[in-house]
Amino acid sequence: MNLADSTQAMNNLLGSEADSQRTLYPYVTGTSVVGIKYKDGILLAADMGGSYGSTLRYKTVERLKPVGKHSIIGASGEISDFQEIMRYLDELILYDNMWDDGNSLGPKEVHNYLTRMMYNRRNKFNPLWNSLVLGGVKNGQKYLGTVSMIGVHYEDNHVATGFGNHLARPILRDEWHENLTFEEGVKLLEKCMRVLLYRDRSAVNKLQIAKITEAGVTISQPYALKTSWDLSAFKNPTAGAEGSW
Amino acid sequence: MFRNQYDTDVTTWSPAGRLFQVEYAMEAVKQGSAAIGLRSKTHVVLASVNKASSELSSHQKKIFKVDDHIGVAIAGLTADGRVLSRYLRNECINYSYTYESLLPVGRLVVQLADKAQVCTQRSWKRPYGVGLLVGGLDESGAHLFYNCPSGNYFEYQAFAIGSRSQAAKTYLERKFEGFMDSSRETLIKDALFALRETLQGEKLTSSICTIAVVGVGEAFHILDQETVQALINEFEIVGEEPPADEAAAPDQSTGAEPGPADQGTPADQGVTPMDI
Repeated sequence: MNLADSTQAMNNLLGSEADSQRTLYPYVTGTSVVGIKYKDGILLAADMGGSYGSTLRYKTVERLKPVGKHSIIGASGEISDFQEIMRYLDELILYDNMWDDGNSLGPKEVHNYLTRMMYNRRNKFNPLWNSLVLGGVKNGQKYLGTVSMIGVHYEDNHVATGFGNHLARPILRDEWHENLTFEEGVKLLEKCMRVLLYRDRSAVNKLQIAKITEAGVTISQPYALKTSWDLSAFKNPTAGAEGSW
Repeated sequence: MFRNQYDTDVTTWSPAGRLFQVEYAMEAVKQGSAAIGLRSKTHVVLASVNKASSELSSHQKKIFKVDDHIGVAIAGLTADGRVLSRYLRNECINYSYTYESLLPVGRLVVQLADKAQVCTQRSWKRPYGVGLLVGGLDESGAHLFYNCPSGNYFEYQAFAIGSRSQAAKTYLERKFEGFMDSSRETLIKDALFALRETLQGEKLTSSICTIAVVGVGEAFHILDQETVQALINEFEIVGEEPPADEAAAPDQSTGAEPGPADQGTPADQGVTPMDI
């Protein structure tokens, strides 16, 4: 072999060129998504923020999307990767519809498809930097699952991504029960989103709630939560520790 | 069919618009030993005649499990059938792996039909010489399909393929209206009777036939020889005419023999119907 080949090999070992081909860190990110099962189907909630590092840069990012007739997806993490995932899912649903037979992909199938996709990308060291929530109803069966960027996946009665796991799920563990009505479900989600708004620095006060039932998908118009900052703890935060902030 | 100057290549049309190689492939199906399928709302039964070439040898495998919810019975070139069964199993398992759910039967047969069609439009290939009765269950219910070497597929309530299948079809045509509501046992019994019709007087024993069942809550499986022999004995199928009235089966809607079905038979004698 000649000198040219060995130089190329050395460059690849140093990795600079190859690295530009795979995701190393996220740039524009969405924060938590929270999802619960309720009496008629699934409710998902997510705010509309897209952070650019510590800057709350974009405030109209739709992080909840319908997938076919039977499912909705919510994403946190890199927004451009979520857009890529939506392209794949829209193509999947398109081909599913093109069969033009009585069959259609339900939420369980979509969830598993996503799991395979995320895990395979992780194995190539080029992950889609997202944590996804996938919920839906098909033939009366409710389904709610989540997939992480490394392919960890599971189903449950309530799921959350990111900070939602730490702040929202404890609330849901205490207060979720079977057969919540729609109003109860929304109130519960708003309670979780409010806590996230207070405590997650990448949360913005503009959120959407998505509902899916046997009848179909509805994603609400964006709205804001009422917050209350006149709690005594907020008034004199350093009362217990003078000098701190 | 007679030899003609348009039948050498599968990619040569005849002036009448026929592809003779494809039709010859369908002849191969008719030469194979019989395979029968029937379905109800909840079950599908597949049955086949298994003649060993000699007393010393084992018989050809003609029924294949494709997945827990799908099985096929073949007639024709069994080697082609084996290879296609492997393809069907692959498709089912890949779908299960990606979507963690069962491949709908209708989609599997379309994929199989498209695969068969390719062989009718490539000069370096030949059509598959095997007909497949695909029986399976999915969300939309129980299905029985017939896949032809031509690349066509049809859904059936009941069907028979292979040699002397016309005799079985005649029996099935008399009975099929009641199949949708049949119980599992009645369906198997009708399969055995239909199978017996293709034997032309030969004694029906479990050593020369294979029965397989798939149903709601019941994975596709081939019934073992003892069970089949017990069923044959129970239904007294061995040497008798099938009873006109099933006293113990209230689900049969056709009691007395209807006239129109019998009229159909004489006209068909001597002519094997085309599968297209």
